[in-house]
Amino acid sequence: MKFTKFLALFILLFSFWLLLSTKFEGWFHLFFGLLSTALVTLFTYDMVFVSEDRGNNIKKLFRFALYLPWILYQIILANVDVAKRVLDPKMPIDPRMITFRSVLKTDLSKTTLANSITLTPGTVTIDIDEDTFLIHAIAKESADDLLEGTMERKVAHVFMEDE
Amino acid sequence: MLITVINVISAVFIIVGLFFIVVGTIGLLRLPDFYSRMHATGKCDTLGVGLTIIGLIIYNGFNFISVKLLFLVVFIFVANPVATHAIARAAYKVGLQPWRRQ
Amino acid sequence: MEDLFLLAGLLLILTSFLSLYRAIHGPGIFNRIIAVNVIGTKTILLLVLIGFIYGRPHFLDIALVYALLNFIMTIAATKY
Repeated sequence: MKFTKFLALFILLFSFWLLLSTKFEGWFHLFFGLLSTALVTLFTYDMVFVSEDRGNNIKKLFRFALYLPWILYQIILANVDVAKRVLDPKMPIDPRMITFRSVLKTDLSKTTLANSITLTPGTVTIDIDEDTFLIHAIAKESADDLLEGTMERKVAHVFMEDE
Repeated sequence: MLITVINVISAVFIIVGLFFIVVGTIGLLRLPDFYSRMHATGKCDTLGVGLTIIGLIIYNGFNFISVKLLFLVVFIFVANPVATHAIARAAYKVGLQPWRRQ
Repeated sequence: MEDLFLLAGLLLILTSFLSLYRAIHGPGIFNRIIAVNVIGTKTILLLVLIGFIYGRPHFLDIALVYALLNFIMTIAATKY
């Protein structure tokens, strides 16, 4: 179990190193790559891959790939929105703080939701305390959009916590 | 012919990205308080840099350089919101009050 | 295409100087941190563009390392 983890991380890191170095000949060069990869793996292999249920991981990855186009569309909407507000001479902003409680459980899903909130229209995550999110919204409409909870449902669906 | 089409597409990506970077800078200078400046920088810089690098990937074609650029884009898209969130959280802990419209 | 890259680089330098106003004048420490973070992000893009203008892909490695350093610098600065 420990050894498989070690080997998987080693192969992953070494292929990443090969991608970055883009030089495949020269034994001396490759030897130092192997050495540094082995050292990093030795120090860190018990910190990564801590997730338990590995049967669902492929399904989660697939759902995350479906989630990506939607979030990219939202990011573009967010940028057009900010550009409009900044370039308008009257500057139609009305900032406010809001809090809401989330149903998400794991750290990874909370992090994904926080990053998504920061990148989407008119909202920035400020603080997460257990399951309470503190959000700064630039206008009333964007706060109302967030409180509707579409994004939270989508993230919960990706990480299979919506049962 | 194909080269021209690729160049035009990548030029469009780069110009849109630069437009968002300029908007982010104007927002940084114009907006009234710290938290609203965060909106301009956190979103516009991330998408602006991302779009410009995607334009460069299209211009460059597929080789190892493009893979490196792709890593750069993914890293910026993950790291920039986290940095924004860290700054906002630090400011909130210190007790900075947000600006309200009177 | 090279002209566009050159123009993009000049625009980035100009916006960096505009952000420098917020870093020097901006009230409070947090406005300064955010301005420095923005200038760092622009510098990453500038490094990539320099690599493309002079045809030297090694600048990409510098840009990758600079992205990591910029992120760690911001996190470390907000800890205090």
